[in-house]
Amino acid sequence: MQAQWERLRLWAERRLPALTEHRRREVLPIELHRRRIYIMPTGFGLAFTLLLLVMLVGSLNYSNNAALLLTCLLGAATSISMLVAFRSLNGLRIRGVRGGHATAGEPIDVTFDFEAKHLRQALRLDIAQLVHAFDVEGRADVTVSLPTEYRGWLSVPRLRIWTTWPMGLFRAWSWVNPQYAVLVWPRPEISGPGPTLPFEDNRRQRLHFGEDLASLRDYRNGDSIRHVAWKASARHENLLVKDYEQPVAQQEWRLDWRHLQGLDHEARIARLARWLGEALAQGRQWSLWLPNEVIGIGNGPSHYTRCMSALALLP
Amino acid sequence: MTGWWKAKHPVHERITERSFDLLSLTTAFVLAVHAGHVPIWLTLVFCGALILRWWQRRYRPGSVPGWLKVPMLAMLVGAVVLDYGNLFGREPGSALAAGLLVLKLSETEAPRDARVAAAFACFLLMAALLFGQGMLATSVVALGLLPALTTWRSLEPTQASPSLPRQLAPALGLLAASLPLALTAFVLVPRLSSPLWGTNGPSSAKTGLSDHMSPSDFNELLVDDTAAMRVSFDGTPPPQGQRYFRAFVMWDYDGRDWNRSEQLEGTQIPVEATRTIRYRISLEPTHQRVLPVLDVPLDAPPQSQARTDGEIFADKPVDEVREYELRSALNYRFEPSLDPVTRLRALQLPDGFDPRTRALAGQWRQRYGHDNVAIIQAALAMFHDGGFSYTLLPAPLGRNAVDDFLFNTREGFCEHYASGFTVLMRAAGIPTRVVTGFQGGFWNQMGQYLLVRNADAHAWSEVWLEGRGWVRVDPTAAIRPQRITQGAAGAAGNQLPWYQSGLLESMRNHWDIVNRWWNQSVIGFDALRQRGLLTPFGIREADVSLLTKLLVIAMTVFGAAGLAWALWRRPEGDPALAALRSLERKLAHAGVARRRSEGPQHYLRRAARSLPGQRAELESLMRCYIELRYATAEPSTESLRSFRLAIRNFHPRRVV
Repeated sequence: MQAQWERLRLWAERRLPALTEHRRREVLPIELHRRRIYIMPTGFGLAFTLLLLVMLVGSLNYSNNAALLLTCLLGAATSISMLVAFRSLNGLRIRGVRGGHATAGEPIDVTFDFEAKHLRQALRLDIAQLVHAFDVEGRADVTVSLPTEYRGWLSVPRLRIWTTWPMGLFRAWSWVNPQYAVLVWPRPEISGPGPTLPFEDNRRQRLHFGEDLASLRDYRNGDSIRHVAWKASARHENLLVKDYEQPVAQQEWRLDWRHLQGLDHEARIARLARWLGEALAQGRQWSLWLPNEVIGIGNGPSHYTRCMSALALLP
Repeated sequence: MTGWWKAKHPVHERITERSFDLLSLTTAFVLAVHAGHVPIWLTLVFCGALILRWWQRRYRPGSVPGWLKVPMLAMLVGAVVLDYGNLFGREPGSALAAGLLVLKLSETEAPRDARVAAAFACFLLMAALLFGQGMLATSVVALGLLPALTTWRSLEPTQASPSLPRQLAPALGLLAASLPLALTAFVLVPRLSSPLWGTNGPSSAKTGLSDHMSPSDFNELLVDDTAAMRVSFDGTPPPQGQRYFRAFVMWDYDGRDWNRSEQLEGTQIPVEATRTIRYRISLEPTHQRVLPVLDVPLDAPPQSQARTDGEIFADKPVDEVREYELRSALNYRFEPSLDPVTRLRALQLPDGFDPRTRALAGQWRQRYGHDNVAIIQAALAMFHDGGFSYTLLPAPLGRNAVDDFLFNTREGFCEHYASGFTVLMRAAGIPTRVVTGFQGGFWNQMGQYLLVRNADAHAWSEVWLEGRGWVRVDPTAAIRPQRITQGAAGAAGNQLPWYQSGLLESMRNHWDIVNRWWNQSVIGFDALRQRGLLTPFGIREADVSLLTKLLVIAMTVFGAAGLAWALWRRPEGDPALAALRSLERKLAHAGVARRRSEGPQHYLRRAARSLPGQRAELESLMRCYIELRYATAEPSTESLRSFRLAIRNFHPRRVV
């Protein structure tokens, strides 16, 4: 009995993937086809069918052929609207999903990339208790916001694509369970101390010493003797000084996991996340040292993204 | 499946202005189609309320306050009761429903309300057809479905508001697409041979044949285009000139009215028939007991009784469609021996009426002696050559009605002629009686039945001749033979009012063909004709189970076609490659098959070498293909089309 039930369930999952509570993730792109599109009359559709039946019996009873003809016409239009509802889902493709960035607690944007050969109107997407209406002709992006709670991978939940096009008499729907997860960054702590700055000034200078030179210029009073380019000066009448492209205006931050002892795991992550945000906002350079990974010096949004993602993925 | 039945729309969602416009338009259609029977002041009130509400929603947005609803409803009910004295029945019901629809609009803000209102409007549009199902009314109702369907469409999300005609067009397309399915269903849905519940109501007041006849009685009847009965014959139908359907036989004349005789006894029809015909009549409700029959019936159908003059009366009034089957004589001697009482009855004339008519009859009797046939011919000749005309609107007649008719007005229709002729004959001493019933009818070739309308009502005479019995004489045929060959409308000829004359008349006549087609093929398509539907395929009687089977089969076929349409997808494939494959087939036929190892460029070069006569062509094709394939990511449709055309026009010439 149990085995039979299991077999039936497996068969249903295979044949009717969108009707059963299909837990299996689907690889993108996903195309909606007849095996996974379901169609049922809406409540209004049922009521209207009842009304049509009343009109049918009435016109037959009164042998009113004109009314019968028009009742048949409405009935036929109703059945065609069912096919139209099916057709507006059939062949619809989800080409891909793109995730945005958000820290835990903020809604995260997820964009679905739809494709359809002919125009599909009045489609709707149910995800996370929200309904989004959209049209697809050719390609269309639908962006939805998902609530987030924890850092780490957030799987895109099962979503329902449905329509009651064209007359609201039938609802065609298909469940879709795309294999896609978005990375939710950790939530930074609200406030706390700044990072300790372990580097001395001279170390910073030395750090830059090996870098390429931008240009040489004449020696001016007050220039450090270290900056004199001796070899080049030998071939000139004046002393030449190495000129660095941009003197570093601010100190680099070395954001180190190990320096945050005494805090619990998540609090450490939250503090590092806050520092990362501050570093980005102040335009600093920073490096991030995690127990399993070291991300070298860098700055800018892409560096920030890399660091935040690494934080999000910490165990 | 959570939230399956939950409303997906927030409760406060309001419909767009355009949706409300469409709904108002639908309601306007409803009011228009019901304007014919709803009192004019009520229609005006409804229209006013509709316009007011439309204006209010557009320029002073906000819903109508709830406390107004109850008084408005009470006023509506009050108005209907005031006008009709009743709330139930067809007319008050439809007036009330139209008012309810207008009231519904006053509270329509949410999509759900709009949907329900549009569905209710559809129902009301249909209900209007109960009051008349002419082609014009039906077309208007069908037109009214467009804004209703479009209302539903406009309630779907992401709908823009194009111009009104452009917005209505898809609904028209939808209706057009549903037409084949609708027509099939219409033809095959089994009709009820008797209604499930009573359908009489105001229709019982309809005019019909009556059991007495006075001048201008038929006036209304002769323009009543509704069906009276439908007759199907076993074998060939009798010719037009023999399609006389007897209803009442009038014996007693009081100078003004003709009446049936209640004093006839006996239920046997004394007829000697040499040729008979069997037929079936489907009689529309008349609310009378008389059953019209063809000419002289041989016996009465079940649940009815015959009388010696050939009248047949049902045991109960005909309140529903009644079908009966019987036999009638085509060649007969009807009551060859007349008993003296009956003879006297057939000669009775009131004293002190119509002296000139009696004098004329006396002259004829003197001139022709005992030759009754010659007297009859003299009378018919008088009608034919004496300046008589056929008209549906004759001048009124004085006290001596027959004198007036024969010597003064000389115009009238079948009643006048039958009455005048009968009085003449009786005055000349020939037993004569008036018969009323129907004559003619429309032979429906497709349904193989004769449709007899109320307008085909007719009156003629029967004279009794020694040795031949009662013989039918139709004096109307003498004055206007078209009455017999073309029916009442044909006979009316130039008697039509001014607006039916000339060009207008010819247009009306042409239009009438459409009307008749509509009457025949849509309105007249009833249970009887439906049964005859399959006669061309050798099935005489298509009964309900057969029709149901056919209906199911047809629906399955349509369903399959619809599914095929829904599932059909444009073939994906690569059109350039497909074109190349066809070129390869052509070349292979000419002896240059593509080798597995060859690319298209190499292959076509080789082909150009082996077909030197077409070298330039092949090389151009090759360049074209390479360009289509590799020059752009997505080749333009024009270049693709020209490439395919070039390949279609390429015919390799085999080298010898």
